[in-house]
Amino acid sequence: MIGSLYLVLVVAMLAADAAYTSPWHLWQSLQSREIRYAIRLSLLSCSLTAILSLWVAIPIGYVMARQDFRGKSVLDALLDIPIVLPPLVIGLSLLILFQTVPGRLLERVVPVTYAVPSVILAQFMVACAFAVRTMRATFEQISPRQEQVALTLGCRRSQAFWWVVLPQARRGVLTAVTLAWARSLGEFGPILVFSGATRLRTEVLPTTVFLELSVGNIEAAVAVSLLMVAAAVAVLLLIRAYGSEPTLTQGVRP
Amino acid sequence: MIQVDRLGVRAGRFELAGVSFAVPAGQHACLMGRTGSGKTTLLEAICGLRAVTGGQVRLDGREVVHLAPGDRGIGLVPQDRALFEHLTVREHLAFALAVRRWSAPAVRERVEELAHWLQLDHLLDRRPAGLSGGEAQRVALGRALAFRPTILCLDEPLSALDDDMRAEVREVLRSVRHHARVTILHVTHNLADARDLADQILVLRGAQVVPVAKDALGT
Repeated sequence: MIGSLYLVLVVAMLAADAAYTSPWHLWQSLQSREIRYAIRLSLLSCSLTAILSLWVAIPIGYVMARQDFRGKSVLDALLDIPIVLPPLVIGLSLLILFQTVPGRLLERVVPVTYAVPSVILAQFMVACAFAVRTMRATFEQISPRQEQVALTLGCRRSQAFWWVVLPQARRGVLTAVTLAWARSLGEFGPILVFSGATRLRTEVLPTTVFLELSVGNIEAAVAVSLLMVAAAVAVLLLIRAYGSEPTLTQGVRP
Repeated sequence: MIQVDRLGVRAGRFELAGVSFAVPAGQHACLMGRTGSGKTTLLEAICGLRAVTGGQVRLDGREVVHLAPGDRGIGLVPQDRALFEHLTVREHLAFALAVRRWSAPAVRERVEELAHWLQLDHLLDRRPAGLSGGEAQRVALGRALAFRPTILCLDEPLSALDDDMRAEVREVLRSVRHHARVTILHVTHNLADARDLADQILVLRGAQVVPVAKDALGT
């Protein structure tokens, strides 16, 4: 009974959003130069973040699934920190990090704070943690015995990984990349603190919702929100269709 | 020939030390012992999948302890078969040959030969998910024997099979020795399988591997 009430609440919330705006408002919003920039930056930053997250998550997830070593539980806890930290704290911590000497030196080479790289870094900090959890759960489900057999058949460790383990992890890889992409799309707190909310510079879709709300343009805020809802639903459908359900649930479990 | 001399191996808190035994070339030896006695650990150490703490392993006169698993000339069929879910039966049979860079015609010829011998011709394009226990075991054997190893290590190859399939796979195992001309080290806890298949029965007790006459074991 309580479960069905919750479902009703979710559906009612989305229906209210859809009823609040009209296709005309949606069209008008998409004509705005700022919103089009935010859409482009969101697509670019989320895609880069998803690829980076996967690149990091595959080796870390594999080592965490296969190896036992001293300090593994500490490393495990460290990897979960971005998931449990309040988003604003992540943004603040990144801001402070780039005020240190190494951070300032890096800024001289590549401007990060309040620029596009800061958006990607802020999204990456959280999304990668979810991708690591997903890949770890994926590799834990693949028997290490298969790699051992591959070694006796003449494979080097890297060949056993590329030819035996990774092809079987493809559904987990898809889940990890889409999950990282979706998490990045919704990221707001760290971006607000670390990247600012400058139009046509560091504005991504959640920033647009915030900026439009703050000037009372609720129709535009709702229209952009609906775009994000559509993207989230598309990602969920993609994972349901092609991703691996167990790794999805384990990956998002805190 | 398999010669194990004072081999030591550690797996977590479990440790075997000073294990010695020999299996003459071309023979089928069954290694028995209580659950947890270290049979699989010993098999893995011989295959190079577990670091040894001391001793020697000589296969056909060649010391292999320092060699990578793939350079030892051992075909392994583990207890759960560990078939590769994403590959077809044909790709399983060709796997070791592709890794070892055999030419395409040689791979094709060897795959056809194995498929014919193991009666897998009609299953070549199937993936493991749709195979029966007996068929999966034949694929695992074919994959292990494809590159013509001189030693075959089997870990409980009959344990998960019903009576009919057990009889079928026993028959295949009997033909392996003659067809593939390999020395077989077969871990089992089943006395009937050992009596039926083995030339030599070895029992792992503590750190000792003791040869036992077939008749000396109780029913």
